[in-house]
Amino acid sequence: MDKTVEISRRGLLKAGALGGMLVVGFQWSGKSRAAAMPASLAPNAFVRIASDNSVTIIAKHLEMGQGSYTGLATILAEELDADWRQVMVEAAPADAKRYNNLMWGPTQGTGGSSAMANSWKQLRQAGATARAMLVAAAAQQWQVPAAEIAVAQGKLSHASGKQASFGDLAALAATMEVPKEPKLKDPKDFKLIGKQKLPRKDSKDKITGRAQFTQDVKLPGMLTAVVAHPPRFGAKLKSFDATTAKQVKGVVEVVAIPSGVAVLAHGFWAAKKGRDALKLEWDETAAVPQGTPELVAQYRALLDQPGAVASKTGDVVEAFKGAAKVLKADYYFPYLAHAAMEPLNCVMRQDKDGVEVWNGEQMQTVDQAMIASVFGIKPEQVSINMLYAGGSFGRRANPASDYPMECAHIVKATAGRHPVKLVWTREDDMRGGYYRPLYLHRVEVALDAGGQLLGWRQRVVGQSIMTGTPFEAFGVKDGVDATSVEGASDLPYAVANLQVDLHSPRLGVPVLWWRSVGHTHTGYAVETMIDEAAKAAGRDPVAYRLALLDKHPRHAGVLKLVAEKAGWNQPLKAGKKGEKRGRGVAVVESFGTFVAEVAEVTVRPDGSYKVDRVVCAVDCGIAINPDVIRAQMEGGIGFGLSAAMHSAITLKSGAVEQSNFHDYPVLRIGDMPRIEVHILPSDAAPRGVGEPGVPPIAPAVANAIAAATGKRLYDLPFKLS
Amino acid sequence: MLKLSINGKTHEVDADADTPLLWVLRDELGYTGTKYGCGMALCGACTVLLNGQPTRSCSLPVSAVGKGKVTTIEGISGAPARAVQAAWQKLDVVQCGYCQSGQIVAATALLAQKPKPTNADIDAAMSGNVCRCATYHRIRAAIHEASAIMAGKASDKLEA
Ligand code: FES
Ligand code: FES
Repeated sequence: MDKTVEISRRGLLKAGALGGMLVVGFQWSGKSRAAAMPASLAPNAFVRIASDNSVTIIAKHLEMGQGSYTGLATILAEELDADWRQVMVEAAPADAKRYNNLMWGPTQGTGGSSAMANSWKQLRQAGATARAMLVAAAAQQWQVPAAEIAVAQGKLSHASGKQASFGDLAALAATMEVPKEPKLKDPKDFKLIGKQKLPRKDSKDKITGRAQFTQDVKLPGMLTAVVAHPPRFGAKLKSFDATTAKQVKGVVEVVAIPSGVAVLAHGFWAAKKGRDALKLEWDETAAVPQGTPELVAQYRALLDQPGAVASKTGDVVEAFKGAAKVLKADYYFPYLAHAAMEPLNCVMRQDKDGVEVWNGEQMQTVDQAMIASVFGIKPEQVSINMLYAGGSFGRRANPASDYPMECAHIVKATAGRHPVKLVWTREDDMRGGYYRPLYLHRVEVALDAGGQLLGWRQRVVGQSIMTGTPFEAFGVKDGVDATSVEGASDLPYAVANLQVDLHSPRLGVPVLWWRSVGHTHTGYAVETMIDEAAKAAGRDPVAYRLALLDKHPRHAGVLKLVAEKAGWNQPLKAGKKGEKRGRGVAVVESFGTFVAEVAEVTVRPDGSYKVDRVVCAVDCGIAINPDVIRAQMEGGIGFGLSAAMHSAITLKSGAVEQSNFHDYPVLRIGDMPRIEVHILPSDAAPRGVGEPGVPPIAPAVANAIAAATGKRLYDLPFKLS
Repeated sequence: MLKLSINGKTHEVDADADTPLLWVLRDELGYTGTKYGCGMALCGACTVLLNGQPTRSCSLPVSAVGKGKVTTIEGISGAPARAVQAAWQKLDVVQCGYCQSGQIVAATALLAQKPKPTNADIDAAMSGNVCRCATYHRIRAAIHEASAIMAGKASDKLEA
């Protein structure tokens, strides 16, 4: 077997000489497309132009629905002046040397709404480099000055009438010098960036059922593994009896692993039947003892104790002494499961060179290292095929690498005899931990006689996400996990006296970031309390906020835009007899993107309610793909509404009480409001949109309900009656 | 051995009678467009047509399929299906895409029965299909668009 074939069998084509051209890429089934490629121009790790006129853009970020493949391709294709139709996207391999997230240092991964922000310059340069080499090739072939060559929509041309496609010139261009500092476009010349409707690159495969998710991977000899996990967090396996499980037709092996007992079988159904037939005994001595009521009681007691100071300006104690009026509220936010549509899964196989992984891969560097540690091999011996993820919302970026590690332990326990597809059932996924932490907040606001803000005191109680992970050094300072208080510690509203403090109880319930992280709760507490303050001051909620946002023009910008588009100053149409209607607003900045939302709500006589319409204004800097931005705002609003209206994970003696969509209800189509999204024009560098649509919706709806009924909601999900 | 009619082809499968159709489609026959989301008829990711009716394949034992004609996302055809897929593409409905096979099959069945559905018809017919990316707003719009396509107001061709 020659070297190239050997490497491609392992699915990873390292940058290397192939027909004299530099080719970067990977694929995982059938014949290597890259190996069969005609001569190519590949001046950097991000683009490959072949003589068949295809432009392949190599995406270092996971496509989990947020439109990253389309966005990354747009940036590069813009500077390349490619025709959008000739552009294809391919997943990058795990290689942090070339594909690290520039906002995360030496780490490769996707998250924190950073894909566009960190790729902006990198991919513009990559595209401009390839363009310059194509131009140089044309200049040489046509014997004309490079400056006289025009490039548009995948074609090079010269006033003399000469024309060539990218494909025609790819081979010659590959011999040109790679320019160090290629000239980037003036944004006013952008043709693809900012275009209202550029079709998504993943659309067709996803509407024909052809898109490949981890769940769809099938390798020769592969077995499916379903695992019995402990019934309570912190419990451990004591003993098991697999006699009956092994009698299930199709079951091949049963092995104990650190996280439970794995049943390997031909296909999911046999593996699940085998798993369900296991007789298991658990050692529960170290199990989490509390249920949600006990936890809440414990957290409530902490609300009365000073915590670690997250931010402090002025003197809040003095401010409250001088207050004409004090508002005070305690808030409850439950644990939340990500419950992505594709339950967690991972495919892995081992051979003499190392380990190969197929996964909706969100954090390559961490997963590589963690998987390598199981096998005692080097991280670079773990190759990862990044597939589409059927959602994630943060769950697949786990510093603990829980499910990839579990898959690795199964492969190891079976000595690499079979490729393994680990499949979590929906119930396993719902009960497997790594939730948005349960939080309690106490917010106290001091107002003067005119309703002006004198002081703001906020106390947060909830587990730290970063503590105990490799991210601790960068995210936790003086006992304060920045992700627990973001949005409160940097309160945008002008107040002379501010204090935010934090308790981070340690507990054996695994927690993780969940789409928009700290802003999922701080945004709610801040934006509903500021609304109460406006009400107490007898002021309009938009005007009251604007008066406090002098130093935050981008908050003010989206707030003004949303008010205008929502018709904030016109009266809301009345409902049917007995119905109450209300309109509410909220504005939250997260991950450098500013979003304001206005919700219109109808509350029926029986206490049920409907969100009728949501108007959203977003400022994410330069809008790369306006339609993807709109989609992310729509989706973020729906995701936030799920949590506001329906979802909660609760515990009983350290065991999760929910299991599937009947007891963890999520938003369905009937609850989805009409949504209008307006994008604020901006020339600031682009920031992300995957998360920032989420935080404002719950407070906007709560404020609308308060406007309709006078009732303030302090616990999520909402209960009106 | 069971005989199944899938997408117009007859397949012989050796599966236990209680195996849900979903796993026969996915693991035995390679029709992986049909997805597993909940296994309890709660999410619609596994929706296929059984004699034209939207059916949750995760909760249908393969032995109950009998002579029924099964159509998966890979096999849907006809005017409503073409219109739905073209509308989905035109409006770029998909995000992660994992629920979308089920959504498209369910929408196809709706339009086959009601070529001009109202919002209320759509909400009722699609309420069993969860989308965690919450593409519902566009699903509604795309079903209306598909309805217009079926009425000849726009093309039903998919772009390359
Ligand atoms: S997988 Fe069948 S309805 Fe969810
Ligand atoms: S598109 Fe992701 S679940 Fe529907």
